[in-house]
Amino acid sequence: MLELKNICKIYNPGSVNEMTLFDDFNLTVPDKQFVAVVGSNGSGKTSMLNVICGSILADRGEVIVNGNNINSQRDFERQRIIGRVYQDPSKGTCPSMNILENMSIADNKGKPFGLTRGVNKHQINRYKEMLSQLGLGLEDKLYTQVGSLSGGQRQALALLMSTMTPIQFLILDEHTAALDPKTADIIMELTEKVVREKELTTIMVTHNLRYAVEYGDRLIMMHQGKAIVDKDGADKKNINTEEIMKIFNEISVECGN
Amino acid sequence: MALLISVLEQGLIYGIMALGMYITYKILDFPDMTVDGCFPFGVVLAVVMIRAGVPPIMTLPICFFAGCFIGTLTGLINVVFKVRDLLAGIIMMTALYSVNLRIAGRANLPMYDYYNIFDNNLLNSLFEGPLSFLAGFQTVIVLLIITVVVKLVLDWYMSTKSGFMLRAVGDNDVLVTSMGINKGKVRIMGLAIANGLVALSGSIYAQQQGYFDVSMGTGTAVVGLASVIIGTSLLKKISFFKITTSVVIGSIIYKACVAIAIKCGLQSTDLKLITAVLFLIILIVTMDRKKKVKG
Ligand SMILES: Nc1ncnc2c1ncn2[C@@H]1O[C@H](COP(=O)(O)OP(=O)(O)O)[C@@H](O)[C@H]1O
Ligand SMILES: [Mg+2]
Repeated sequence: MLELKNICKIYNPGSVNEMTLFDDFNLTVPDKQFVAVVGSNGSGKTSMLNVICGSILADRGEVIVNGNNINSQRDFERQRIIGRVYQDPSKGTCPSMNILENMSIADNKGKPFGLTRGVNKHQINRYKEMLSQLGLGLEDKLYTQVGSLSGGQRQALALLMSTMTPIQFLILDEHTAALDPKTADIIMELTEKVVREKELTTIMVTHNLRYAVEYGDRLIMMHQGKAIVDKDGADKKNINTEEIMKIFNEISVECGN
Repeated sequence: MALLISVLEQGLIYGIMALGMYITYKILDFPDMTVDGCFPFGVVLAVVMIRAGVPPIMTLPICFFAGCFIGTLTGLINVVFKVRDLLAGIIMMTALYSVNLRIAGRANLPMYDYYNIFDNNLLNSLFEGPLSFLAGFQTVIVLLIITVVVKLVLDWYMSTKSGFMLRAVGDNDVLVTSMGINKGKVRIMGLAIANGLVALSGSIYAQQQGYFDVSMGTGTAVVGLASVIIGTSLLKKISFFKITTSVVIGSIIYKACVAIAIKCGLQSTDLKLITAVLFLIILIVTMDRKKKVKG
């Protein structure tokens, strides 16, 4: 279970650019729930994920994981049980290393990175099998530098890498936004499959309202640092895209964009 | 021929230093000025130790680890106190100047009458006996062996899990954090290994030159960077070389350029000027002026 309690965050305090983003923000995500988050630009979606992962610190409030306050844990400590995929496909992989090396790194998450061989040859077949499930032909490109893959291929690899080892939470920040619609659909299908197979507690920020409606057990719409829509269970199932679109347009108009 | 040998010797010694700078400049994107202090630090340690009777071969690992310590300090200044890379290096370089003077006790410290890794009973008897046909190549052969060993060890390290993290931190440090690893620690480790190699190179230089001089370090970083840049642009053309091999070859090419410049009538007092101009030319020719853009 993941809880955000009374989170307050002010950017650039004391300057002319001071901006109060979160003022007493609360969120509870039960185990194995798949939450889809939408919202206007600047509504605080990325900031919320950053607070959870420790990439930024809240001014006040608590981040609680499985009942334990993790405020004092640093980003890399928190991410031991979190898998994270970013909007930018280059953030989830190492461009100058090949697919095999990238997967070997990901496969070693949670274990020491010591002086043993970086690539374990015995795992190659397992990696190939995982890659072939992506259906992108990456299994034949083990020795290709990741930097030369397409955005979609890199994002698929990033998703695979972030969920290779046992993790509890999956944090996705517009991870299909940089992709063409067809590739985005493939990645979204993969995401659903992984989340359900591994029973991950997932927060997926998406710019795509259709994805938010079709996927996930719960839908949150954020606006100016608040969750203005929060539906789960049957409510979530009954939502249709038009309805959400209408609310979304209203808040967007209100912002003047 | 003598000139060729001398170029090779210098190139190989500085090649080890360049391998260190390859780690900082190319992998970590950290222009590390510590090198200007760390190289003579290796020199002075070796000279003082050999004068005190430490077996010459032992000065190599000792200087390596001492250099690791220096690199760790630069890393801590950069990572913990968030001083930017160039300044962290300059602080260390400035401090080391005095430290080196302290260790030496004076500005110039010779050790001509002591045995060293190039000149000792074992080697001399070998090169007078079974290897006599190689007389005259004694120093360069020893250097070749040391450099190859260092290169192979570095290659091996880069293929370990720890080495993977080092490569990853320069490539995409977000991924390192995602793996639950403290990227600051990895950077410090990279700086430590790099400066270990630099001090090791200094300790070898000491034994080839036979003395320490406090101004020995000035311009070392520039020589190292030039070698790395030559080496990596070379690699783009001839791809069957490992990057580490290319860097060492880059260093030899660089030393050859300097030798040619001096042959063409420039004085050895112009050396730093040659160094600077050559570096500029290399930067312009290889188009390595722009700072690497990182995500
Ligand atoms: N590091 C930062 N410094 C200052 N302001 C920031 C920073 N990060 C985000 N903001 C501001 O906070 C608001 C929310 O940003 P963000 O969380 O990125 O929104 P979203 O992901 O929903 O588009 C925006 O107005 C943005 O300008
Ligand atoms: Mg965002």
